[in-house]
Amino acid sequence: MAKRKLQEINAGSMADIAFLLLIFFLVTTTMESNYGIRRKLPPPDTETKEKPPIIKKKNVLEIVINGNDQMLIEEEPAKVKDVKKIAIDFITNNGKDPKSSDNPQKAVISIKHARETTYKMYISVYNELIAAYNDIRNRYARQKYGKPFDKLTEEEQKVVKDAYPQKIAESTPKR
Amino acid sequence: MAKFSKKKDSGTPAISTASLPDIVFMLLFFFMVATVMRENGEKKVMVKMPAADQVKKIEKKGLVSFIYVGTPIPKYQPKYGKEPRIQLNDAFANVNEVGPFVLKEKAAKREEEKPLMITSIKADENVGMGIITDIKEELRKVNALKVNYSTKKGNVESNFKK
Repeated sequence: MAKRKLQEINAGSMADIAFLLLIFFLVTTTMESNYGIRRKLPPPDTETKEKPPIIKKKNVLEIVINGNDQMLIEEEPAKVKDVKKIAIDFITNNGKDPKSSDNPQKAVISIKHARETTYKMYISVYNELIAAYNDIRNRYARQKYGKPFDKLTEEEQKVVKDAYPQKIAESTPKR
Repeated sequence: MAKFSKKKDSGTPAISTASLPDIVFMLLFFFMVATVMRENGEKKVMVKMPAADQVKKIEKKGLVSFIYVGTPIPKYQPKYGKEPRIQLNDAFANVNEVGPFVLKEKAAKREEEKPLMITSIKADENVGMGIITDIKEELRKVNALKVNYSTKKGNVESNFKK
């Protein structure tokens, strides 16, 4: 039994095969962005028969968007880029301006929109409001713990969230 | 001197391509990992998502049910018109089918995963809020309260540029 020398397999075409697979995956890849704005909807209102709590008008920041994507904040016309500043001023008013909110816990932002309002307008305004809250929370977290909000522990985050609760109310447009 | 004269230049040497397969494989693995095979078939509506910057990433993709809202692609426009429509899985649907769809998705998950389920609304930036509001009402009825509005990452100002 003579030991025959094993022949080596030619690996020259490996690159071609790999290229073939590579091109297949290149074509089928769809880089899906999975980013989004998180939101918790209010529970269905069938079971809660209690009267809604009475909220003073000055504790509500009223945002109204019409079907042409025009916006009124507290009956003044406003642009998307102004929303954040107005919201921050409103939430952190702490009773300074008698016409604005008493304190952050009581401050409620209400959004009313028409059925024809575009989705992008709504998302933009909503995004700005969240940005306002995130800004305030970050500032408070830095002041209190010396760290931005994301770096806090869960209990610390809860303290910050309780100090500046996110209260955004939406009213459903009438049909 | 004769000893060295043999090493005269005989043209540039060819570059070795032996490492080419390795490089290609590297790329191949990257794309294999990054690829997501769409499980819910074809898209029948056109969706151009609006941009926002206060976004969070969805970690557990398995627990997300997607609702697409947008104008039907040209192929379906003769049949379904140009008005924004809802797509669930791979079929057009009416608003009142959203609730049962979410419940069906929920029933397929394990018990401990059920409270973690998220409904992601992928809507075109130009659809009216009416249809979105209707979907939200449906979701509230079936107690699917965790909602995610899918967006691109970007500045909101870019939403209003032509």
